[in-house]
Amino acid sequence: MSEFADYDLVMEHLASKELWDFPGGVHPTQFKTLSNTTPISQISLPDKLYIPIKQHIGIDGEVIVNKGDRVLKGQALTKSENTFAVPVHASTSGIVESISKHVSAHPSGLPELTICIAVDGKDESIDTSGIPDYASVAKVDLIGAICNAGVSGLGGAGFPTHIKTNNVKPVEFLIINGIECEPYISADDRLMREHAWQIRQGIDILYHILEPKQVIIAIEDNKPEAFETMSLACQQHSDYQVVSVPTKYPAGGEKQLIQVLTSREVPSDGLPIDIGCMMYNVGTCYAIADAIIEGKPLLERVVTLTGQALKQPKNVWARIGTPIKHLLDMAEFDVEKQHYPRIIMGGPMMGFTLTSAQIPVVKTTNCILAPAAKELPEVGDERGCIRCSACADACPVSLLPQQMFWYSKAKEYETAQDYNLFDCIECGACAYVCPSEIPLVHYYRQAKSDIRQQQAEKEQAEKARIRFEARKARLEKEKQEREEKHRKAAEARKQSVNKDGGAQAKIAAALARAKAKKAAQASAEQANNTPDAIDKKEVENSPTQQSENSADDKKAKVAAAIARAKAKKEAKMQAERKENESKQTKDETSDE
Amino acid sequence: MSLTFIALLVVATIALIFGAGLGYAAIKFKVESDPLVEQIDNILPQTQCGQCGHPGCRPYAEAIANGEDINKCPPGGEVTIKQLAELMGVEAKPLDSAHGVEDIKKVAYIREDECIGCTKCIQACPVDAIVGAAKQMHTVIIGECTGCDLCVDPCPVDCIDMVPLNQGTDNWKWDFKQTQVGDISVRQVS
Ligand code: SF4
Ligand code: SF4
Ligand code: SF4
Repeated sequence: MSEFADYDLVMEHLASKELWDFPGGVHPTQFKTLSNTTPISQISLPDKLYIPIKQHIGIDGEVIVNKGDRVLKGQALTKSENTFAVPVHASTSGIVESISKHVSAHPSGLPELTICIAVDGKDESIDTSGIPDYASVAKVDLIGAICNAGVSGLGGAGFPTHIKTNNVKPVEFLIINGIECEPYISADDRLMREHAWQIRQGIDILYHILEPKQVIIAIEDNKPEAFETMSLACQQHSDYQVVSVPTKYPAGGEKQLIQVLTSREVPSDGLPIDIGCMMYNVGTCYAIADAIIEGKPLLERVVTLTGQALKQPKNVWARIGTPIKHLLDMAEFDVEKQHYPRIIMGGPMMGFTLTSAQIPVVKTTNCILAPAAKELPEVGDERGCIRCSACADACPVSLLPQQMFWYSKAKEYETAQDYNLFDCIECGACAYVCPSEIPLVHYYRQAKSDIRQQQAEKEQAEKARIRFEARKARLEKEKQEREEKHRKAAEARKQSVNKDGGAQAKIAAALARAKAKKAAQASAEQANNTPDAIDKKEVENSPTQQSENSADDKKAKVAAAIARAKAKKEAKMQAERKENESKQTKDETSDE
Repeated sequence: MSLTFIALLVVATIALIFGAGLGYAAIKFKVESDPLVEQIDNILPQTQCGQCGHPGCRPYAEAIANGEDINKCPPGGEVTIKQLAELMGVEAKPLDSAHGVEDIKKVAYIREDECIGCTKCIQACPVDAIVGAAKQMHTVIIGECTGCDLCVDPCPVDCIDMVPLNQGTDNWKWDFKQTQVGDISVRQVS
């Protein structure tokens, strides 16, 4: 505990508004006002909803509805006993039209299992009942309710909230992340301005479950209105404080924000809880309040629709599963303003371009950005690294991006890892400043996924080696056993021959020889039988022996041959028929 | 009576001698096993496909230890060659195409209704990844299959296919060529 600022020191700093800082960082031009001046609007329901069955980090549940079923708003569509599974729900009423693969809200766009609901427009809901006096209920039941409501982190990666909340270590600081450092996004900003009270309720629930010493609500200083409303909502609670944080990208990163507020650094392979901190996004708090107090599952979220190619940039309440196309229509997307369609999910720093307008809104979708042609620079031609080290100055984790880039590109992954490749948070600050326009993060991502796959393959190879060797040993053993049996039989035969061949009275020799002959004959017969019998038994026992099958095999082969012959005949006949037909038509045409 | 006894005794003695022989062989084998071979074997992908011209990965590892070329393993591809070059202190060279080309990972799939239960594929599989019995339908345990291709030829009714392992968002390697995505078009997104 001594290597970082203790609780009292942190509290002192917070009281005197002397925050710490994280290294590096960049200041991209802000475009928040495009979308943050109007209230979050309700939009019409789309005709169809595409609800991917997995929208979080973890395991997907089992689909519990069938094609053709009518589902109600709030009805669970998946279920699982696994703790790492989070259910998904129907965000409105309608008929399950299909359960199949649909283009996913993922940089790859690769199709994933998705439940398509044909919306009936009635928006009929299941009955829900919340737990308004949650303080009287066991904590594990509250955590269970959070899980059943399908809540997973709304801020970024989508980690299951119930797993994070199911915590046994002491929490000093419960940090509520209202930073929103991406230059375009204003979803959390609007949510805090308009629903500060419900966010406060969510924080209360977390406060009750986690029992932190202090709650810090952190808001970047470019959102004074949100700061006001949140301060107002939290003012009666002495353990809550709203803190204004200087605007700098990526201050909203979990590790960066903890560093700014407490000066503590999350260990490389550790979690925030290891240094007494827990962090939740404001949107997640809002969803938790819905889940516990109203019993309402996570069905919709605020999505920022922004960019200069939209005539009406704004924030909207979008149902989970709404196709992006519908949102673009709502914001009056003007195709003319782009040279070619370019839609980004997430912000310009960490987002990804979409492949299809049918991609649905998922729980982690916070922004849809449709930039005008000149608004965001296109990928320029990547040039060679000039070793300016601007990237290293910008990196919030104090990495050496140019080195990691070099080794990632050369596929020298071990060295890349020595440069702490896996500590990179993929914030894109390095690529933002790179004068050579090198898509640095892209190289890191490729390297990381390559390394992960290599590790998986290594494990697979180990398994294969063990199986290969086990098989070799087994075959060897079988061979030896067989040889031993043959040898045994041979020995026995020899024995019985030798047995009576001893020196006896010469008179008896002739008689004995005759006898021995007979005996040998008998035992030879016996001996001859034994290996046969063994072999037969082996055939029956082991599937790897197949002498018995040869007959069967032959039968099959014959059958196959017959089938082949038949097929040939048929083909021939068909060909003939065709020929005849064509002849006929020819005749006909010639007739004409 | 004594005849049976003697026979038993002989058999027991033989068994003993045999056991001792086996034990000795095991020890001797262990002594002979070369740490270098072990290291090389660790790098090889353990597909056991024999494309290198050896009956399995370990024999090839032994051959490499004795100076054979390091670029004969198609399933391992570039990455394996690089690692081998590093270990052996030689120059990495491109894969020898005489032994095959690097391909995406595939697994065997038996079209079960066509399987006649001949067990031939079981005998061919180097890692026991096929289950089945005589005259019974056979199937491949996908998790154990190394994609070595060895079961395909022996099948008399050609009911085994090598199918590419499903690519999903989990194992996607940020290769935009594999998807419809043109490229990330935003500079900052990189
Ligand atoms: S993307 Fe990674 S390397 Fe680049 S600035 Fe961010 S943390 Fe540093
Ligand atoms: S900013 Fe770009 S050019 Fe400069 S050192 Fe980093 S990678 Fe090289
Ligand atoms: S199932 Fe076929 S392809 Fe797979 S490991 Fe066995 S023999 Fe090789």
